[in-house]
Amino acid sequence: MKKWFMVTVVGKDRPGIVAHISEALYQGGCQLGEASMMRLGGNFSIMLMVEHDAEAKTLGELLKAPADALGLQLHVDEIEAHLHEHLIPDVSVMVHGADRPGIVAQVTQVLAEAGLNILDLESDVAGTEQEPIYIMHVEGVAAEGIEPLELALDSLVAEGIEVRLTPIDTMIA
Amino acid sequence: MAVLKILVYPDPRLARVSQAVTVFDKELCKFVDDLEATMRAGPGGVGIAASQVDVLQRIVIVDVSSKPKISSHGRLVLVNPQIVVSEGSLVGREGCMSVPDYTGNVVRARTIQVVAQDEFGERQEYLCEGYEARAVQHEIDHLDGLLFLDRLVSRRRDLFRRKT
Ligand SMILES: [Zn+2]
Repeated sequence: MKKWFMVTVVGKDRPGIVAHISEALYQGGCQLGEASMMRLGGNFSIMLMVEHDAEAKTLGELLKAPADALGLQLHVDEIEAHLHEHLIPDVSVMVHGADRPGIVAQVTQVLAEAGLNILDLESDVAGTEQEPIYIMHVEGVAAEGIEPLELALDSLVAEGIEVRLTPIDTMIA
Repeated sequence: MAVLKILVYPDPRLARVSQAVTVFDKELCKFVDDLEATMRAGPGGVGIAASQVDVLQRIVIVDVSSKPKISSHGRLVLVNPQIVVSEGSLVGREGCMSVPDYTGNVVRARTIQVVAQDEFGERQEYLCEGYEARAVQHEIDHLDGLLFLDRLVSRRRDLFRRKT
């Protein structure tokens, strides 16, 4: 029986990681689902849905050779998963400010209390070592509408965090 | 009125270029009615092109009046539409009845002037803005065999410019 697994791969970034991992999965008879892959702090990270009729252990063995060769850490979990069930985000929130401890917790807590269900979050620390800045982009579903979110964000603005909320009005035609 | 079957990507028929309408008759009006019924049957659909139902004629319908706070012309039937002027650009999120379960960012002109005929063959001219302009451009793309997938830009960057 086919089952879904979430495969997580992390390691020092170098060319060819995606190609080698996906080739090993293809050769092993796996089907790939949705994925998110990116370079974070000089590491390359992969989160990948993989469909296979084996056990998690077998999938790990399949990937051991390329992971070892490329110095990657590997993690495999069996998951309950479905394709073709994308939620459509209706709001985008951009945040930037001086980086400091607790900024992510503060912003996301305020957003969660105002009804935001995060579908996608991407953040960066940029600027310089002396003066790091924090940039975050969130997309999600505003479960209680846009207005409570706007009100909630005012409290962050009052504390010197730049926040911009933009409704996403998806045009389907 | 009948709800017609919508072609779904990767059906290669969606990539064909539609031909100009030359005959304006009862049959055309009936087809426009069916096309409109098909658009309204779709979940949240604000536009449709004849090529989406496998009819290669340059006919689109757009109606964004169901969306609050948006200026629009209401029900627009555009036969042989042509964009004669386009100005500005705007990134926005689009989906398509022919591409289920996916939405993405597309850059479109902010304002367009469209010359078209209505279903009776009369020449019409419309100035469309923002959301309505986006819908019209999306539909005219269908007539040229293009999908919004052909125009996707990154979803992972801040592309939502302020309206200044
Ligand atoms: Zn479409």
